[in-house]
Amino acid sequence: MSIVFDKPHALTDAPLHYCPGCTHGIIHRLVAKAIDDLDIEGSTVGVAPVGCAVMAYNYFACDMVEAAHGRAPAVATGLKRAMPDNIIFTYQGDGDLASIGMAETVHAATRNENITVIFVNNAIYGMTGGQMAPTSLPGQVTQTSPYGRDVKLCGYPIKICELLSRLDGPEYIERVAVNNVKNIKAAEKAIKKAFENQINKKGFSLIEVISSCPTNWGMTPEKALSWIEENMIPYYPLGVYKDRSAEKKEGEQQ
Amino acid sequence: MSTTHILIAGFGGQGVLFAGKFLAYKGLIEGCNVSWLPSYGPEMRGGTANCSVIISSEDVGSPIVDAPDVLIAMNLPSLDKYEGAVVPGGKIFYDSTLISRKVEREDVKIYAIPATRLASESSYRGLGNMILMGKVIKECDAFKAPDTREALSKVVSARHQDLLESNLSALDIGYNL
Amino acid sequence: MTDKVLMKGNEAIAEAAIAAGCRHYFGYPITPQTEIAAYMAKRMPKIGGVFLQAESEIAAINMVYGVAAAGKRAMTSSSSPGISLKSEGISYIAGCDLPALIVNVQRGGPGLGGIQPSQSDYFQATRGGGHGDYHMIVLAPAYVQEMADLTLRGFDLADIYRMPVMILADGTIGQMMEPVKMKEYTPLNISKDWAVTGTKMKRVHNIVNSLCLEPEQLEESNFKRYERYKAVLEKEPMYEEYLTDDADIIIAAFGIAARVSKNAVNEARKMGIRVGLIRPVTLWPFPKKAFEKAADRAKAFISVELSMGQMIEDVELAVHCRRPVYLCNRVGGMIPSPEQVLSKIKEVEENLKK
Repeated sequence: MSIVFDKPHALTDAPLHYCPGCTHGIIHRLVAKAIDDLDIEGSTVGVAPVGCAVMAYNYFACDMVEAAHGRAPAVATGLKRAMPDNIIFTYQGDGDLASIGMAETVHAATRNENITVIFVNNAIYGMTGGQMAPTSLPGQVTQTSPYGRDVKLCGYPIKICELLSRLDGPEYIERVAVNNVKNIKAAEKAIKKAFENQINKKGFSLIEVISSCPTNWGMTPEKALSWIEENMIPYYPLGVYKDRSAEKKEGEQQ
Repeated sequence: MSTTHILIAGFGGQGVLFAGKFLAYKGLIEGCNVSWLPSYGPEMRGGTANCSVIISSEDVGSPIVDAPDVLIAMNLPSLDKYEGAVVPGGKIFYDSTLISRKVEREDVKIYAIPATRLASESSYRGLGNMILMGKVIKECDAFKAPDTREALSKVVSARHQDLLESNLSALDIGYNL
Repeated sequence: MTDKVLMKGNEAIAEAAIAAGCRHYFGYPITPQTEIAAYMAKRMPKIGGVFLQAESEIAAINMVYGVAAAGKRAMTSSSSPGISLKSEGISYIAGCDLPALIVNVQRGGPGLGGIQPSQSDYFQATRGGGHGDYHMIVLAPAYVQEMADLTLRGFDLADIYRMPVMILADGTIGQMMEPVKMKEYTPLNISKDWAVTGTKMKRVHNIVNSLCLEPEQLEESNFKRYERYKAVLEKEPMYEEYLTDDADIIIAAFGIAARVSKNAVNEARKMGIRVGLIRPVTLWPFPKKAFEKAADRAKAFISVELSMGQMIEDVELAVHCRRPVYLCNRVGGMIPSPEQVLSKIKEVEENLKK
């Protein structure tokens, strides 16, 4: 019998603690697969966030550091500056990256810090039980926006890719989703490119992955995936927001 | 056993801290224990600047000079502020070009030096501080030898070594007054 | 003498850090410690090191955390308000058992406070500052030479005990210049097999982490950490004693307060008052035994501080309240004068006669 599917080597055998239907598992696999494909497990150090992925350090087989809430890009900066030849990635959620860690995110990006950032946006604080995130949609009901996110009261969702792509610093910014096979394939490609960029010393690459949270959205996993398609993606359009190397190439042709 | 407490005060930009550093190095080269403490913070920018220098044959305790044996006042506010603090029998050196009033104390030795005028007359504009230091070196027992080149070369930064000779000349003018 | 150079306290720390093999410095401007950052900005690029001005004190301490996790010597410096911001990161560094050097050139507080010297972060430094049960080794230099020496020692202690070390200086020692001679330094040979340097596919992954959701395990890790602290308490207290042998009155003072007090002790001795000084060089571990022993003979203690009375609690604990401990202090950026300390000595002397 031939093997048609196998767990990436860069994932450990530890059982994931994620809720049924959560897409963190898919994203973990895509990251691990990129590490496998590029044969960098032995030199990679990952930085886990505070949030649902807090225990990612148990799941990735490479060396791991657990950072304080929002500080992963600063910790990754320290790691990369100490070991420029190692591959450093952070794996962060929306509260971690776009709320408490916004300063660290923006400044790592503007320094074009040569790291890879995997940004999982599921529009909610999952670990603490479903509170409003900086990326929760207008009108979205959460534990701390029980009448729906009122933009007059708490402002609008933060669109990280749009925001960071306006900076001169970062190398690569792309938004992907993992709600269907086609999107997962695109996400796999994007994540791999984000690691390749680092290997090629191109600098800061961030992949925003639109993800689901069936538990805290209060939906079946299936319904959550279609909620991504119907509500998240229209607000957070997928695509490449910045690719400096490509921009340069275009410039050269002119 | 002897300790000399020196207070240098003036406007920011008059070279108060530089002069203090020079004196500290002079003491160090002559085998003394020394300390140099600047006033710091926003007041340094255009306001008053001062620094405490201690030259001692003992270990230096507190680096703060509240009661100077030697006061070098480079502007009027500095003389106004610190004249009363000088210990009886101490010395006050001041720039008499910039300070028109006389020192009122009668229990101290007074050296009125028209440093700013002498500096501009001798084309060493801006080196009034070093003219004063020349006189200080000559008159204060804390300093033993007249040589100042070694100490000066320590405080003039490498990229400004061209200024060494002019500073030495200014020191000489003060020393030979 | 001429083999010594005049250095500012802040510069001495920076130069000593480089001598200690520290090649990663992360800072953020704040008076009165900015010279450290400026010095590092100049020197690091020339010796293949990293100087990075972080976006905040919070980011800076987390960059230190990253470098420390990689097994390399790292350092950050700040002044009081900035140290409050770093306290989160310091707690994580302590919780992950990582070595790091943090410099606090103290200024008056609370809040934004002022920029003049202070010692009012004593509690913050010796009691934690951040959350959780942890300690830093706290070194208190009183001379510019010590700024250099204790920085060298601090990096070693951090590596030996795998814990954060703080240099608790103040604006005066940071800003002043004194002659310094850099000591010959031999780097420690300590294996950091816990560091996250990449598995090279030859070992199971290392994890640098302070999260532990099992109370029994978390308790166990705290117990283990405190076993190490016990060794620090036993082996590492450092202090200077000055004229204590026959002293009736002992002054307790560190940093700039100790220098001021030394002048006062000398003056009091001239008047025939038997007074001495114990200067803690390590504030944690506090040199308890020196005070315990002194309390056998001395009748009273005076804690001279640039705070509302913080170290005085440790002095009282160390002498088990067997002797009265008086406070002599100035705050807000003011420094007690030798005359103030002397008059306190005379006052205590009078009390003893009663």
